[in-house]
Amino acid sequence: MGIAIASGAYAISFGAISTAAGLSLLQTGALSILMFTGASQFAMVGVIGAGGSVWTGAATAALLGSRNALYGLRLSSLLNARGWRRPAASHFVIDETTAMAIARDDPALSRFAFWSTGLALFSLWNLGTLIGALATHVVSNPRLLGLDAAPPAAFLALLAPRLRAREPLAIALAAGVVAIAVLPFVPAGVPLLIVALLVALFGWLRKP
Amino acid sequence: MIWGAVIAASVACYGLKLAGLSLPQHWLQEARLQRTIPLIPIALLAALVATQTFSTGQHLVLDVRAAALVVAVIAVMLRAPFLVVVAAAAATAALLRLI
Repeated sequence: MGIAIASGAYAISFGAISTAAGLSLLQTGALSILMFTGASQFAMVGVIGAGGSVWTGAATAALLGSRNALYGLRLSSLLNARGWRRPAASHFVIDETTAMAIARDDPALSRFAFWSTGLALFSLWNLGTLIGALATHVVSNPRLLGLDAAPPAAFLALLAPRLRAREPLAIALAAGVVAIAVLPFVPAGVPLLIVALLVALFGWLRKP
Repeated sequence: MIWGAVIAASVACYGLKLAGLSLPQHWLQEARLQRTIPLIPIALLAALVATQTFSTGQHLVLDVRAAALVVAVIAVMLRAPFLVVVAAAAATAALLRLI
């Protein structure tokens, strides 16, 4: 339950950032209902808010969503979801539900953890989004509230738990430097795609 | 335009989740894929932090957002909750603009 409340709070900042980036209330709500994977949603509205093409934003969101495929792989034998359950379960395959499900030893408990976490998160995530979006909707100039400084802080908070070893830290620093270096020469948002391509090549070609 | 991208990206994200649950296990168990995919969010999130702090459009800029990022780094190192990190950064930028 704690994890659902924390994510509700996190959804408030998503609703605020998305509205400040220029997405309508409906578009912001649609992202939380349909996309329902936090980092991708933040990336999409972050790129749009920074003046990037909406398609660059969509591509970045999809790239960030690739890790959910690996989560699905880990979960598929645990959940054993068949028939209508599989498309329904798929929507809930995200960081938090995976963490809760694989932390249980018994498959029945895993399934319960997955579905209960998924349902609680989905409800609070959308409620939080609505609150954040409505609150920001009434603000005429989001810059006055410092909302343009909110997305980088959100990305940093999402990144920090992944940096507990030396290699990820080095990759993160290199990615930041490369993105800044190419930024003046390509359209907004494109540095992200360049960085994604480079890190994919690095991961693919390096020796294990 | 925004709607088209919202729907396309949502479909793509859902497809990736469904693929994980549906594709034959050995496809995604390829060792290089297993090593590469976790690196993508690290690199993308870091690039998002850098570009959204130090640029406006295609121009590199150093403004109050850099100070806000420093505050966010401190908050993250103190293991502050997500909303506190974001609010501290936004408040820093707002206060510095008032001065």
